[in-house]
Amino acid sequence: MTAIEEKQRHAQRRLDPGREYPVITASETFATVTEQISSIVLTRKTPLFWWCGFGAGVTLLTCFGIAIVWLLGRGVGLFGINVPVAWGFAITNFVWWIGIGHAGTLISAILLLLRQSWRNSINRFAEAMTLFAVACAGMFPLLHLGRPWVFYWLLPYPNTMTVQPQFRSPLVWDVFAVSTYATVSLLFWYLGIIPDLATIRDRSTSRWKYGIYGVLALGWRGASRHWQFHETASLLLAGLATPLVLSVHTVVSFDFTIAILPGWHSTIFPPYFVAGAIFSGFAMVLVLCIPLRTVYGLHNVITKRHLDNCAKLMLATGLVLGYTYVIEPFTAWYSGDVYEMHVVANRAYGPLAWSYWLVIFCNVVAPQALWFKKIRVTPQPLFAVSVVVLIGMWLERYMIIVTSLNQDFLPSSWANFIATLVDNATLYGSMGLFIVLFFLFIRFLPMISMYEVRELLPYSKPGGGTVK
Amino acid sequence: MNSDLPVFGVAAEFEDPEKLLDAARYSKEQGYSALEAYTPYPIKELDEVIHTLNPVPAIVFVTGVLGSATAWSMQYYIAAIDYPINVGGRPLYSWPSFIVILFELTVLFASAGAFFGMLWVAGLPRLNHPVFNIESFAGASQDRFFLCIQARSHDFDSKAAAHVLERFDPIGVWEVENS
Repeated sequence: MTAIEEKQRHAQRRLDPGREYPVITASETFATVTEQISSIVLTRKTPLFWWCGFGAGVTLLTCFGIAIVWLLGRGVGLFGINVPVAWGFAITNFVWWIGIGHAGTLISAILLLLRQSWRNSINRFAEAMTLFAVACAGMFPLLHLGRPWVFYWLLPYPNTMTVQPQFRSPLVWDVFAVSTYATVSLLFWYLGIIPDLATIRDRSTSRWKYGIYGVLALGWRGASRHWQFHETASLLLAGLATPLVLSVHTVVSFDFTIAILPGWHSTIFPPYFVAGAIFSGFAMVLVLCIPLRTVYGLHNVITKRHLDNCAKLMLATGLVLGYTYVIEPFTAWYSGDVYEMHVVANRAYGPLAWSYWLVIFCNVVAPQALWFKKIRVTPQPLFAVSVVVLIGMWLERYMIIVTSLNQDFLPSSWANFIATLVDNATLYGSMGLFIVLFFLFIRFLPMISMYEVRELLPYSKPGGGTVK
Repeated sequence: MNSDLPVFGVAAEFEDPEKLLDAARYSKEQGYSALEAYTPYPIKELDEVIHTLNPVPAIVFVTGVLGSATAWSMQYYIAAIDYPINVGGRPLYSWPSFIVILFELTVLFASAGAFFGMLWVAGLPRLNHPVFNIESFAGASQDRFFLCIQARSHDFDSKAAAHVLERFDPIGVWEVENS
C-alpha cells in the first residue's frame, strides 16, 4: 500500500465511523454496474412484477380516461364541489402530486449542490418521479377549470377578446410556476440521461434499439470537453432548480394564503407547504425504491445507506410539519379572531375531525418510528411508514381545503363536502397515470444513473485508486 | 471540421483512467495541441489537461437576464398599458405582485439556456463523428478510456503520435479515419 493510499484510507476511516452502510458494494466495477443497469432495459426478461404493476396502472388509467370523458361531457358538477366547498378533491390531488415531485428535485438538485454523492444512485428515478408527479398534478387544475379546452386562456397572448390574465392573482402565478417546474424538471432529467442513453446505444442488441437510443442520445461520445459543458450545465440547472422547487410549493401555498379565509390566510403556509411537500416526496421515493431494489436486485447500488438517509430526511421534514401543526392553532388563539379559532375547533371537533386526527397520527406520530435505526434500514416497516405518510399528506391537504370552506363566515351557508364517484375515479385514476408512466420508464430507460454510479467507484478518480 | 485531412487523428484505448491521464499529460508536453479524451464519466483531472473555453455560464446568465426582461416588460405592458384594471385603487404598475412571474421566467429562460446552450457549444446533436469509426469505441460509454491526438495538432505525424500513446500500455492504438 502506497503512502497516499494509506492517507486516503485513514481519511475515510475518520469520516466514516464504521457504523455507516456503504453507498455502493465494494466489489463493483465499471463493467458490472453498466451490465447490471443496462441489462434491465436491453436483455433481461421483463419480470412478472412489471407486468402486474403495469396492468394495474393501465386499469386505473382507463378509469381516469372514462372519468375525464364523462367530466368533459357533463361538466364539473360531477365533482362533489359546490358552494361553499368549491375546492374539493381536484385541488387536493393537485397539491398532493406536486408536493411528491419536490423530493425528486431535492435529491437531484439540492443534494448535488451539497455534494451528497450518495444521491447518485437514486437521483435518476427520483427525478423521473418528479416529472410524472407533475404530469399528474397538472391534470387537476385543468380538469377543475370547467372548460379545459380553453386552458390557453390562462396564458398571456394577443387575442381577439382583448382580455389578459390578472398578474396580481396567485392563480396566474401558479400557472407560470407549475409550467416552469415541469419544463425545468424535464430539461434537467434529460440532460442527465443523455450519457446513459449513449451507453444503452452502445450496448444495444438490435438495429432498431441502436437507432432509437442513438437518436435519443443525440450523438453523445463522452468527449472530455463535452463532459465539462455537461457538468457546468448540470450544476447551473441544479442551482436554478433549487430556488425553483422552493418557489413552486410557496406559490401553491399562495393560492391559499392570499385568500382572506380563516385557516388559509397565514404567513406560515409557504414553509409549511414546502416541508410537507418534501416529506411526502421522500415517502414516495421510498415507496418506489424499496420494491424496485428487491425485484431488480439493486441492493448493491441502492443500499441501506440510501434507505437510512431518505428516512432521516423524512423524519426531519416531518418534525418541521409537526411544528407547524402546533403553531397553527397557537396563531389562531393568539390572534383573538373568533373565525380563526372556529376553524381550529372545526378541524379538531367538526364533521371532518376524523381527517384531522388521522393527519396527526400519519404525519406526526407514525414517523416517530424513524428515530429507530432498525426501522430506517429494514425495508418492510419503512415501506409501511412511507405509505402511511403518503396517505397522511393527502388527508392533510384535504383537511386544509375542506375545513376552511365548509363552515365559513355565514352559518346559514355551511355545508359538507361529499366526494363523488368521479372524485374518486380521478384520484385513483391519476395514480394509474403515474404508475403507467413510471413502469414504462423503468422498462425502457436506465432507471439508475450509470455514469454517476461509476463516479462512486473507488478507482474512478485517478490518484485515489486501487487499480494500479 | 478538417475534413480535408486524410486522417482525423490517432487514438488509444486504455483500461485505467490513471493511464489515460498520464498519456494525456505526456502528449500535451510533447506539444500535441489538439487532444480529446473520451470517457464513460467526467474526470475532473482531465479538465486541466484538455482545457477548453466554457461559455455555458455566460449563456445561462444572458438567457436569465433575457427571461427577467421578458417577464417584467410583459407584465408591465399587460397590467399597465394593454389591459389596465383598477383593483380598489391600487397602482396599475404594482410591481411587488410581478416578482413571482419574474422569478419563474428567469429560471425558465436560464434553464433552457443551460440545456440548449450546452448542446450548442458541444455541437450536439451530431450523430456521426470520426471517432465512431474506432471499432471498440462502444467501450467509451462503458468502461474504457480513449485518448485521441487529432491530426490538426501542430506538426502531426501518425507514427510519432502512435509511438507517444504506446508508451502508456494501451489496449490498442488506431489511426482514426476522417469520414
